[in-house]
Amino acid sequence: MTGSGRPPSPADLAAGSEEAEAFLRRTWSTPSGFLAALSTVDHKIIGRRYVATAFVFLILGGVLALVMRIQLAFPETRFISADRYNQIFTVHGSNMMFLFAVPVMEAMAVYLVPLMVGTRNIAFPRLNAFSYWIYLAGGLLLWISLALDTAPDVGWFSYVPLAGPQYGVGKRADLWAQMITFTEVSALAVAVEIVVTVFKLRAPGMSLDRIPVFVWSMLVTAFLVILAMPAIMFASSSLILDRLVGTQFYNPAEGGDVLLWQHLFWFFGHPEVYIIFLPAVGIVSAIISTFTQRPVFGYMPLVLAMIATGILSFGLWVHHMFVAGLPRLGSSFFTASSMAIAIPAGTQIFCWLATLWDGRPVFKTPLLFVIGFLITFVIGGLTGVMVASVPLDSQVHDTYFVVAHFHYVLIGGSVFPLIGAIYYWFPKMTGRMMSERSGRWAFGLIFTGFHLTFFPMHILGLQGMPRRVYTYPPELPWAGLNLFVSLSAFILAGGFLVFFIDALRSFRHGPRAGPNPWNASTLEWAVPSPPPPYNFRHIPVVESREPLWMSDETLAVATGLRLDRRELIVSSVTAGEPEAREASPADSIWPFLAAIATGIMLIGSIFSPWAVVWGAAPVAITLTGWFWPKQTREDES
Amino acid sequence: ADGPAASELKSLIFLFVAVCGVVFVLVMSVMAWALVRRKNQAPGEPQTERSMGRVVTGAIVMTFLVVSFLTITSFYATNGVDRGRDNLPTITVRGQQWWWQFTYLDADPARTFQTANELHIPVGTDVRLRLEATDVIHSFWVPNLTGKQDLVPGRDNRLTLHASKAGIYRGQCAEFCGLQHSHMALLVIAEEPADYARWLESQRKTAAAPADSDAAAGKLVFMSKPCAACHTIRGTGASGTSGPDLTHVGSRSMIAAGLLENTRGSVAAWIADPQTLKPGNNMPLVPLTGEELRQLSAYMSGLR
Amino acid sequence: MKERVVADLSKLPLHGLGSASLTFWGTSAFMLIEGMGFALAIVVYFYLMSLAPHWPIEAPAPDLLPGTILTLLLLVSIVPNMLVARWAKQRDLRKVRVGLIVMTLLGASPLIPRAFEFRALHIGWDDDAYGSIIWTMLGLHATHIITDLIDTIVLACLMFSKHGDNARRYGDVEDNALYWNFVVLAWLPLYGCIYWVPRL
Ligand code: HEA
Ligand code: HEA
Ligand code: HEC
Ligand code: CUA
Ligand SMILES: [Cu+2]
Repeated sequence: MTGSGRPPSPADLAAGSEEAEAFLRRTWSTPSGFLAALSTVDHKIIGRRYVATAFVFLILGGVLALVMRIQLAFPETRFISADRYNQIFTVHGSNMMFLFAVPVMEAMAVYLVPLMVGTRNIAFPRLNAFSYWIYLAGGLLLWISLALDTAPDVGWFSYVPLAGPQYGVGKRADLWAQMITFTEVSALAVAVEIVVTVFKLRAPGMSLDRIPVFVWSMLVTAFLVILAMPAIMFASSSLILDRLVGTQFYNPAEGGDVLLWQHLFWFFGHPEVYIIFLPAVGIVSAIISTFTQRPVFGYMPLVLAMIATGILSFGLWVHHMFVAGLPRLGSSFFTASSMAIAIPAGTQIFCWLATLWDGRPVFKTPLLFVIGFLITFVIGGLTGVMVASVPLDSQVHDTYFVVAHFHYVLIGGSVFPLIGAIYYWFPKMTGRMMSERSGRWAFGLIFTGFHLTFFPMHILGLQGMPRRVYTYPPELPWAGLNLFVSLSAFILAGGFLVFFIDALRSFRHGPRAGPNPWNASTLEWAVPSPPPPYNFRHIPVVESREPLWMSDETLAVATGLRLDRRELIVSSVTAGEPEAREASPADSIWPFLAAIATGIMLIGSIFSPWAVVWGAAPVAITLTGWFWPKQTREDES
Repeated sequence: ADGPAASELKSLIFLFVAVCGVVFVLVMSVMAWALVRRKNQAPGEPQTERSMGRVVTGAIVMTFLVVSFLTITSFYATNGVDRGRDNLPTITVRGQQWWWQFTYLDADPARTFQTANELHIPVGTDVRLRLEATDVIHSFWVPNLTGKQDLVPGRDNRLTLHASKAGIYRGQCAEFCGLQHSHMALLVIAEEPADYARWLESQRKTAAAPADSDAAAGKLVFMSKPCAACHTIRGTGASGTSGPDLTHVGSRSMIAAGLLENTRGSVAAWIADPQTLKPGNNMPLVPLTGEELRQLSAYMSGLR
Repeated sequence: MKERVVADLSKLPLHGLGSASLTFWGTSAFMLIEGMGFALAIVVYFYLMSLAPHWPIEAPAPDLLPGTILTLLLLVSIVPNMLVARWAKQRDLRKVRVGLIVMTLLGASPLIPRAFEFRALHIGWDDDAYGSIIWTMLGLHATHIITDLIDTIVLACLMFSKHGDNARRYGDVEDNALYWNFVVLAWLPLYGCIYWVPRL
């Protein structure tokens, strides 16, 4: 290789040769330059991009929320028109669910899971790059349509016939359906990567019962994605077919059915909320364990509770349709299954409380957000139990009570842990600490702002205020509370602002973080912050569930991986026995090109069904380019 | 809560809130205690682990018992709320973008009549509603009388209303149905049976003849302009069906699905420019002179 | 962190085969996704059927001939498909090449009866919901045949190129064979729904 003769060998690396490490770095690193940035397949770079993009969508969606709150602050305001309002709440909901909450959790997994299981890259790294570009394209599609005043205006669940060919005029509902396709393709791709990474790329010795809880949560989530997303793909495709080529799936006059849409949507939509929530379970378990300096109590019950939640979540969808006129007896079955989900949820809460009970809590920002989570999520879960009752739901369905419920569980149950997770893993991702002082301010403002904003919505709902109204008459008793809610929303936004400013500032000026600033126990903390392109100099060998707490400041590792090509270890599914040294693909521009080709095909198909035919050719070409062997070392076998 | 269904719902809500409140307070107290208590043992003692295991198991069992209790209570309340599933419906409710049409059925088709946005019912008895929709999904909801029920195109839903006190109850479409979903309200007027019978009789009558010359001129305007293509006024040539039946529009207390108080002025304002008052609704602006408008509103107000 | 070397993995093979191959797991995951898609199509089919007063709503049952020919072709193709997989496992380049050509032909030939199947349905996709769902089922499955066919053709080209004789390629051939089995098996319940349920 070099002038001095033979290239460095694995033995040199094991002996601590710097030259060998530099060589390994060169093998794995992403060169600088624009094209290289488009071609990278490093899970850390893609994961960071994914997280940053998702947070941009959170800000944008949050600004829309503020616009809605201004409109609703007073009765009969004319701040925005009905049409604008309808676009805005639809984009707010769709954006938050499809462009923020689900992707941000996947993004965390893309970044963290390979590190946590002790490998050097995610499985199918090119698919990973592809999924990011497809996600970005879907997000741009939605937001550009809003900027052009032709955004979808039928709510985030697009009920037919309102979204159907007859009443959903223009291209608005098609844009919604195609945005769904983009985000689902990317979510499915990431789910496949996560499943295979967790099953096959774990460090030697990491048997199934030594996987960190966070990784379990992402594994269960990935399975939920795989099993639930096909339903929404089917739904959105059949909606487009109805609208574009005149199929009759949802037309009752021709044997179709309006409620079929609701069944399909919620068969996906309910698991969707646990796709958002389960990663938070993993985050909370990780943070609680680190900030009480003991393993989380009840590893098995926690894992089983997540699996149980995952399974049960496919049997609840009708609780969104209690007033649609389905048989009452059938509905009562779904009351029972919805309530049953309180049992695994409770199990999780109780295990965390036990951990806090026995451990020595260190009240740093991540733990504050977890405490905020516990308070808020329990309230949201309990209102969930209330709306699971058929008669009770027949009163509060489609009112602000439900709006309150789902913001409690979404923000309290997912966004709070997520912000905690950012404070927690920021040092790992950027090499710098965030400010503890700003963190406390952010927590204080977000927590108070949140409860002041959303608690009164329960009361508004009980007072009969329906959701999705752009205005309301002054003679009803809703005005005072609405003004209060709107003002509080600005406190909440202020809290987010503090958080974002802190993150941006710390990214440049934060104090340097060592590899393990919190004395945590999982493998991602064994490597420098930020991790080098190859993650681990040597693949670790795992001997316990808390590898960093057991070994006396040393990490058991394995040598023997080549340095001249990207190589990682494939291990067996249950025991984590090493089975092979496998090559990990090199950087490539093809995933980017394939994403562009796919994007053109999907967007074209909004306008003409033939786009699927002529658009398929570029897709096939780019995919062939992607998979065609390039005679690199990675192709050796 | 002025009906049996509503008061039953109210006590169910109280029960749920109380039970959930207790659960919340318990969980939060444990959390607070766990966070502040002094710890004099190293974490992870097998002894502590075992006793925590027992407590957690106990809490899970308690959760199971509580949710079973709530499920059963909810099930029995369902039976109460949904009384009289099988009697024949007497009133058909049809949701349209963005107003309500009510058809009072009668064995004698000549006595069947239609009205809009204002539903009269007798107090003290169950009233069966048949809910239907022809365009998109709507949802019929009068919070103080009973829970909501969707109106789904292609489906035949039923709902029982029961008011135990006379009075005016506001209701509103609860399922998002497009641009003017916010302005799709209705009024339920519960009356003593005698008053109700009188109201029925008055509604069955055909439209009152114009009382003065303004109104008579208004009638001519109505018949010559597109109005008659969309609205029915029984007893005249107007028999359109895409807008509300106006035979007794003057007797209603609100117009345009709860948008405006029904006064002569607001009727004139509505006819003059429906698209500003309720943007996007399905009644177009019909160009009229000021004189025609005055006459039309006189005619409308006289249709009692 | 200080490292303590406890194992040397240099003896492991450079590429995982069978269940140690990542692409095998990836292919399986995608089969799960698509299997879910087929299952949903079938559920929707029965859902619509349960709402209809009679089924098919307003059409005679589809003609059996083209669909049955296609089914037989698909079933027959399983045999060479399994053989190709076995040869790939044995890394027999010559046989794999021949096998892939045969599989290309056998992958393309069902498209002929498939083209006639659409006509044999006796209903348009836009006539009623029954027409919509059976066209969708047929179209969805046709897409799978076509994607796998393209995959087979690209693989065949690869095997004739200098990249051919490589454990990775043999693994790809095995995964491709696995996927084709899936495409065939997924067809059987669809065949039952489209052609036999209306005759019950
Ligand atoms: C992260 C997201 C998330 C989560 C976790 C949940 C959790 C739950 N949700 Fe929620 N839900 C949504 C997001 C979520 N939901 C969204 C987005 C909607 C609205 C969609 C829309 O219409 O736009 C919705 C709507 C919704 C409805 C439909 C309401 C309606 O439209 O009328 C229902 C009805 O049953 C429901 C129920 C539940 C239940 C029973 C839980 C349970 O999982 C809660 C379990 C948790 C607990 C119970 C607390 C912890 C447990 C204990 C402390 C043990 C002790 C407890 C007891 C003894 C009871 N949800
Ligand atoms: C995870 C999901 C999520 C999140 C985080 C939020 C966040 C918020 N939501 Fe959202 N909401 C939904 C999911 C979510 N929502 C869904 C699914 C619906 C249903 C849609 C439908 O009916 O179809 C809904 C509907 C909904 C409604 C009902 C609309 C209606 O029915 O008419 C309202 C009304 O108040 C509302 C309010 C808010 C508010 C005030 C926030 C606040 O938390 C927002 C906080 C503010 C910010 C995050 C912005 C902060 C940033 C800045 C101020 C800029 C700083 C810039 C920099 C310098 C970097 N939401
Ligand atoms: C194209 C159809 C159409 C035409 C033409 C039309 N209307 Fe209407 N009208 C409607 C519809 C639809 C509504 C219900 C609007 C709503 O509330 O959303 C309505 C509502 C009304 C109402 C209120 C009724 C109530 O009970 O709330 C009045 C009064 C009325 N129209 C009068 C008129 C007059 C007078 C004209 C002629 C100048 C006219 N309309 C022309 C369709 C029409
Ligand atoms: Cu009708 Cu909302
Ligand atoms: Cu749900």
